[in-house]
Amino acid sequence: MNKVLMSGNFIICEAAIRAGCRFYGGYPITPQNELTEYMAEHMRKAEGGIFIQSESEIAAINMIAGASAAGLRAMTSSSSPGISLKQEGISSMAACELPGVVVNIMRGGPGLGNIRPSQGDYFQATRGGGHGDYRTIVLAPATCQELADLTMAAFDLADKYRNPVMILADGMMGQMMEPVTFKKPKPRIYNKKFMLQGAGTGKSKFIHGLILDPIDMEEHNWKLARKYEVISKKEPRHEEYNINNAKMIIVAYGTAARIAKGAIKRLQNNGMNIGLFRPVTLWPFPEQQLRSLSAKVKNYLVFEMSTGQMLEDVRLALQGYADIRFHGRPGGAVPTPAELANVIARVYERTVK
Amino acid sequence: MIVKTIFSGFGGQGVLMMGVSLAHSGMNKGFHVTYLPAYGAEMRGGTANCTVAIADEEIASPVASEPNFLVAMNSPSLFTFQNKVIVEGTIFLNSSITNDRPHRHDVKVFCIPCSDIAQDLGNIRVANIIMMGAFIKVTGIVTSEIYLNSLESIMGSRKKSLAEINRKAFAAGFDYLKN
Repeated sequence: MNKVLMSGNFIICEAAIRAGCRFYGGYPITPQNELTEYMAEHMRKAEGGIFIQSESEIAAINMIAGASAAGLRAMTSSSSPGISLKQEGISSMAACELPGVVVNIMRGGPGLGNIRPSQGDYFQATRGGGHGDYRTIVLAPATCQELADLTMAAFDLADKYRNPVMILADGMMGQMMEPVTFKKPKPRIYNKKFMLQGAGTGKSKFIHGLILDPIDMEEHNWKLARKYEVISKKEPRHEEYNINNAKMIIVAYGTAARIAKGAIKRLQNNGMNIGLFRPVTLWPFPEQQLRSLSAKVKNYLVFEMSTGQMLEDVRLALQGYADIRFHGRPGGAVPTPAELANVIARVYERTVK
Repeated sequence: MIVKTIFSGFGGQGVLMMGVSLAHSGMNKGFHVTYLPAYGAEMRGGTANCTVAIADEEIASPVASEPNFLVAMNSPSLFTFQNKVIVEGTIFLNSSITNDRPHRHDVKVFCIPCSDIAQDLGNIRVANIIMMGAFIKVTGIVTSEIYLNSLESIMGSRKKSLAEINRKAFAAGFDYLKN
């Protein structure tokens, strides 16, 4: 298998097309413009591929809902403010149990914010974002290789659970280049009975989210909740680094996790034993996996490029079993590993010793 | 081993190209590499910079706290980044358009008049490749052959004429620095 050097945004597209994505609808916004650019050029070369630059973000999400209902693997992408616009559509897809992949290349917020890398959309992504009792699976890649692997996995998970899946990365992941190897995608498993491709002489089928009878709607909600429970049990993924003998553990995801790893490596030379716990799925959050670490390690530092959002999930997971500190750089500021190492060292001196 | 380099200059000087070509060369030699451009609402004549990390192990952070090398293609780049360079690091300076010199005495400085050499070669746009010639000679991260082959593979076959001028430019930069 050949290694190629590609930027994160391009990698997501290439992986999606290889995974069989045949519909992409998107609207430009920095820092994910290269995604739309790549799809514009390459989707038409894929057999049966359809690319539409939509008139708005809202149109794009509704187009992928339609394509998905018709049986295509479909994807849309945007950056923070654009993702806010898509929320109604995502909620609707969750209600209709339509698979689909939504890519959020986060930028500084709130509001229009700026175009620098940030992690301020954690709540929006993991709590559903739109209205109603629903969840989206959220994948947070930290390397370009993972961008490729998780994009392919996103389509499989979306089909498996008939639910929208979000890839949550940031401007840095989207813009940076790293060597990547595209693995062979798994064959698609998706029952034809969920596709609307014309009834022919058979019985007509409906996919709809408007259920006016409250008892029926309650039943639908419980059905979805049971599905989310299965996902919570079976799908959490995480990575551990340098956990053995660690006196303190940094919890970080995506870009922040890479900066944290750089900081940890620097501090190793000073004799500080620090580990890294990196959630790969943000929802479902690897709660049990983190909690089991608290039997051995009692000091945790959450680092995010936000004012503290994943922090809440870490608190829920550790439930008072451990001491939890926080360091954040919101609004598009990206600290260097040296800067973070200073923060970690101070907390380490204060809490561990 | 991990080596980090910041390339910086005006937009249009081929600063990002320098980074991409070095990252490609590093990958082709079998190293782990990351390339991180500073993106923004930039334009020709604005500022551009990128960070390339090359290592023989997994690269944790693509952000450089203390780069080993700084390639400054203009004065603002020198002022922005000179204090980040690691002690005993190296600064490469496009001395054609930069009258300022680094105020640090703990780093090595190589002044290469790339814009002048490029003009002598008849194409101002190869100033970046001239700088890369000098950069590869001093740092020895990859061989000239690997670098030039990588460069050609990025440029693609549609620009055959460019390959020749690039090779000339690279050699000019390489030979400008005496051993």
